Amino acid sequence: MQFFFEVLIGGLLSGIMYSLVALGFVLIYKASGVFNFAQGAMVYFAALSLVGCMEKGAPLWLAFILAFVVMTLLGIATEKFVLRKMVNQAPIALFMATIGLAFFIEGLAPMLWGNEVRPLNIGLVDEPIAWILDRYNIVVSSFDLAAAGLALALVAVLALFFQYTRIGRALRAVADDHQAALSIGIPLQHIWALVWAVAGFVALVAGMLWGSRNGVQYALTFTALKALPVLILGGFTSVPGAIVGGLIIGASEKLAEIYIPPVLADIFGGNFGGIENWFPYVLALLFLLVRPEGLFGERHIDRV
Amino acid sequence: MFYRETGQFKTSYAADQQIFPIRQDRIGIAILLVVAFVVVPLVAGSYWFNAILIPFLIFSLAALGLNILTGYAGQLSLGSAAFMAIGAYAAYNFHVRVEGMPILVSFILAGLTAAGVGILFGLPSLRIKGFYLAVATLAAQFFIVWCLTKFPYLSNNSSSGVISVPDVEILGYKFDTPPARYLLVLTLVSLMALAAKNMVRSTTGRAWMAVRDMDVAAEVIGIRLMHTKLLAFAVSSFYCGVAGALYAFCYLGSVEPDGFSLDLSFKILFMIIVGGVGSILGSFLGAAFILLLPIFLDISLPWLSGLLHLPFEGATVSHIQLMVFGALIMFFLIVEPHGLARLWQIGKEKLRLWPFPH
Amino acid sequence: MARQIGDVILDLKNISLRFGGVKALTEISFDVREHEIRAIIGPNGAGKSSMLNVINGVYRPQEGEIIFRGEHRHDMDTHAAAEAGIARTFQNIALFKGMTVLDNLMAGRNLKMKSNFLMHALWWGPAKREELGHRRKVEEVIDFLDIEHIRKTPVGRLPYGLQKRVELGRALAAEPQILLLDEPMAGMNVEEKQDMCRFILDVNDQLGTTMVLIEHDMGVVMDISDRVVVLDYGKKIGDGVPDEVKNNPEVIAAYLGTQH
Repeated sequence: MQFFFEVLIGGLLSGIMYSLVALGFVLIYKASGVFNFAQGAMVYFAALSLVGCMEKGAPLWLAFILAFVVMTLLGIATEKFVLRKMVNQAPIALFMATIGLAFFIEGLAPMLWGNEVRPLNIGLVDEPIAWILDRYNIVVSSFDLAAAGLALALVAVLALFFQYTRIGRALRAVADDHQAALSIGIPLQHIWALVWAVAGFVALVAGMLWGSRNGVQYALTFTALKALPVLILGGFTSVPGAIVGGLIIGASEKLAEIYIPPVLADIFGGNFGGIENWFPYVLALLFLLVRPEGLFGERHIDRV
Repeated sequence: MFYRETGQFKTSYAADQQIFPIRQDRIGIAILLVVAFVVVPLVAGSYWFNAILIPFLIFSLAALGLNILTGYAGQLSLGSAAFMAIGAYAAYNFHVRVEGMPILVSFILAGLTAAGVGILFGLPSLRIKGFYLAVATLAAQFFIVWCLTKFPYLSNNSSSGVISVPDVEILGYKFDTPPARYLLVLTLVSLMALAAKNMVRSTTGRAWMAVRDMDVAAEVIGIRLMHTKLLAFAVSSFYCGVAGALYAFCYLGSVEPDGFSLDLSFKILFMIIVGGVGSILGSFLGAAFILLLPIFLDISLPWLSGLLHLPFEGATVSHIQLMVFGALIMFFLIVEPHGLARLWQIGKEKLRLWPFPH
Repeated sequence: MARQIGDVILDLKNISLRFGGVKALTEISFDVREHEIRAIIGPNGAGKSSMLNVINGVYRPQEGEIIFRGEHRHDMDTHAAAEAGIARTFQNIALFKGMTVLDNLMAGRNLKMKSNFLMHALWWGPAKREELGHRRKVEEVIDFLDIEHIRKTPVGRLPYGLQKRVELGRALAAEPQILLLDEPMAGMNVEEKQDMCRFILDVNDQLGTTMVLIEHDMGVVMDISDRVVVLDYGKKIGDGVPDEVKNNPEVIAAYLGTQH
């Protein structure tokens, strides 16, 4: 039973980290209607920039700031050279452009910083929390907990930002209707640059956490791809949805990985690991059939 | 002055409906076919067949399949590699397990198997669209590759799912030389491309494009969305399946599930973006472009690095390749969303006027 | 001018349509006779488009009956409506922008095509003959609407007025029993309106097609329609020949404004 809770809690905590990546998607989608497939690549790029700066001797706080500057510049460049030129095109075309962007970044990052796997030390240790271990005999990683706490704090700040500040309101207006926002004087390009900067910041935090947990490597981009099922469950435009979706995906993928393979091995014989590679996507697919707009997403009604 | 339609009047609808209504085009295609079927096998070397021509044809077929689904029917798919995998493994199983199964029949059955699975994973398209559908196709991509790796039965009990295919033999003749394999693949791909072209300019194709452009209006004029979408998935998967079978039997000789990864699906998607979505010709142009680009970079980058006195390591070449791919995709989507096929059309229009300016 | 107007072919009884709490249509009843041009008028938001959507199966009314050619049509969806011979055009042009004019019109004939995809792939005899036969028919429509010069042009590149005409063509290509026109002249200048009027009258005159048309231009409505239905806030407030309706005080108050 304890093992079940261990797996569950571990899954929930990693789920929060998925939420972080999904958050970046939500931000950009909310503000510009663009589904940014390159978010995963951005996480990777951010993490690499961070380690790269640290390797050159910068302390963590300085490397973080430098990496943030790099991500902001990347976001602004993307908006200026790619998105602005594609304003009239269908959303699918924009989506495919972000796929191209993902590939571009995935080539650029290792070219600038090298592609060996690197550890990232941010001062959090991956050890079981002593008092939980003693009292309940469950292993809960202190790293996971701290990371989850950080992620939740970030999400809370962003939610408040969107809801209560002037800029947050402007972002929501832009997400709703570009033309209308323009007509009331909202500077569209500044807003988009700002959104991509914030998304870059989120990518950086996600990259930092994932990178220190698993090492900074190319596989980070696949982890980020898992954010897609999170978005489907949570809805593309919802910040709380990204969290709930992340929790569900994180927990279910770990539980599936632990409990399904033995059952299959009994029936068919052989090793059935690797379920977590596809389980989140299949789950999202089944979910889509029941509720296409996600748990918290907006219903889309076509007017004829 | 050569590429003029002057004097070529169509006096029947049948003449107007031809694939190549302009006489110069017909001559051009005839020459191309003669070169492809007769000249090339006589003059080309092994490297050309094995590294360029055969994979070009196979990828063109896969790109055709994806173009039917995404370009004509508007259903975005990121799982085309998985359907190629199904085709490869199904062909292998049919051929190896059924005594005396002719190889061509195995290929067709492989395509049908892929079509069946395609319909299954296409069912969600009845309720979801756009990038949601793309995520659903990702489910197909990851799940299918996992199944092929983990269920030993599918790979005739080889470990980790690797299969080695026997030589292709039809009616006693062994297709074991590069020119022979090339001709076999060329014949199959040409026939399937012709079938595709016929389909897309018929009612079937119009129904697909109607669903792509405005499915509500399509319904109103009586087009059945479910049939149309599922047919697109079926035909598309059939083409990808046959491409996969050819990939295993006539190109690599030995495949593993990881060789049909998400990366390959993206590659095929890039082929139709660059070549032209919604264009048969575009599938071929895009396949050629994406296939030749790495070769071009492999040759030109070391030369460039020598010129600029910048040392390029091996890994850098693959990084630059990724960057160039990504940049090209963005470039094409911004500048010419209809891809090389459209540029080709524009070229032909200019040629019609040449040497006059207008 | 008008053809011999026949019996009732479409009968709508007590149609009520709701979207959540919003009542789009409340107990609307009226009929349409064969060969006539029936106009539906009313202020914006009166429910006119919703009414058309009910007739061709896009919306399913919560209450009421639709009787088409004597048959009760329960739960009629768009496919059934299309099969029954109900064709329509849309307020915001629902053409297939990626296809040519010819392809759009040929698409309009899809219900009449019997061959399947395999026959298309092989371009087998019957498939080829069928395609050419339908091409012939479509060319008649193209001729009728004077759009030969643009038949191979992708629809997305045409000016607005021509697109509207092509949409009419696509509906006509289906050889419909009833043609529903949703503001066919919206956004057109005087010349274009005159052309469209001429086409509508020609269709009614030469092909005998029954038409139900939503239109805001009162001059057009009074000139070309045989009978008019007036809607306001989802309720019917007038029904009769144009002169009657024009002088109906309720209609005047709601829609036409007082006469000067």
